Amino acid sequence: MRNYEIIFIVRPDVPEEDVDKLIAQMEGVVAGAGGKLEKVEKLGRRRLAYRVHKQREGLYVLFRLQGSGDTVKEFERRLKVIDTVIKYLSVRIDEDLERAEKFKALRSKQESKKRRSKPPAPPAPQPIAEVPQG
Amino acid sequence: MAAPRNNAGDPERPQPRREGGPSGPKKQFFRRRKVCKFCEESIDVIDYKDARLVGGFVSERGKILPRRLTGTCSTHQRSLSLAIKRARNIALLPFSAGI
Repeated sequence: MRNYEIIFIVRPDVPEEDVDKLIAQMEGVVAGAGGKLEKVEKLGRRRLAYRVHKQREGLYVLFRLQGSGDTVKEFERRLKVIDTVIKYLSVRIDEDLERAEKFKALRSKQESKKRRSKPPAPPAPQPIAEVPQG
Repeated sequence: MAAPRNNAGDPERPQPRREGGPSGPKKQFFRRRKVCKFCEESIDVIDYKDARLVGGFVSERGKILPRRLTGTCSTHQRSLSLAIKRARNIALLPFSAGI
């Protein structure tokens, strides 16, 4: 099982309900191809950096899933068939996740080490009783 | 055969036209120490979806800026260039931008 991130762009002239329908359909594809869905996110309408299928804008949708290469293959095949999807990209992210985890652990370890090596913080300064003058 | 590459340290051969050349005396630039942004902010994995972050490391033309200009460390430059290429692929960044 590996973690993947698939991002695709839907044509901007597709109504909201149809996008939701499409997402539901793709969720079914993930389940059917033996994958486990982690997260689905609509990133919203964004301007494209260049024209794709004569469109200057697009609706970005992000899928995060666990599965095998075949899951992604099937997902991509379905995306290719759907003509409201103008572009897609799938990225394997488990190595990145591991890396992030490792660095996080390392950093927290260093932090705790630093804290331990430092002498315990001195107690809050007690308000010094005023010495009556004279 | 091999010309002395650097005679700046040679006291007997002063650098010719150092002072008052055609463009005036050599200007002294104050160079700010460059640090890797990703090391500073401890960003371990550079996300290609963050177009604003990644887009700051490309030129006006859409080219990837070299390390010597941005000060990014070697490790992060490599993952940055991968992120830029991914962002280009999903139309978040241009492959080439006209001016």
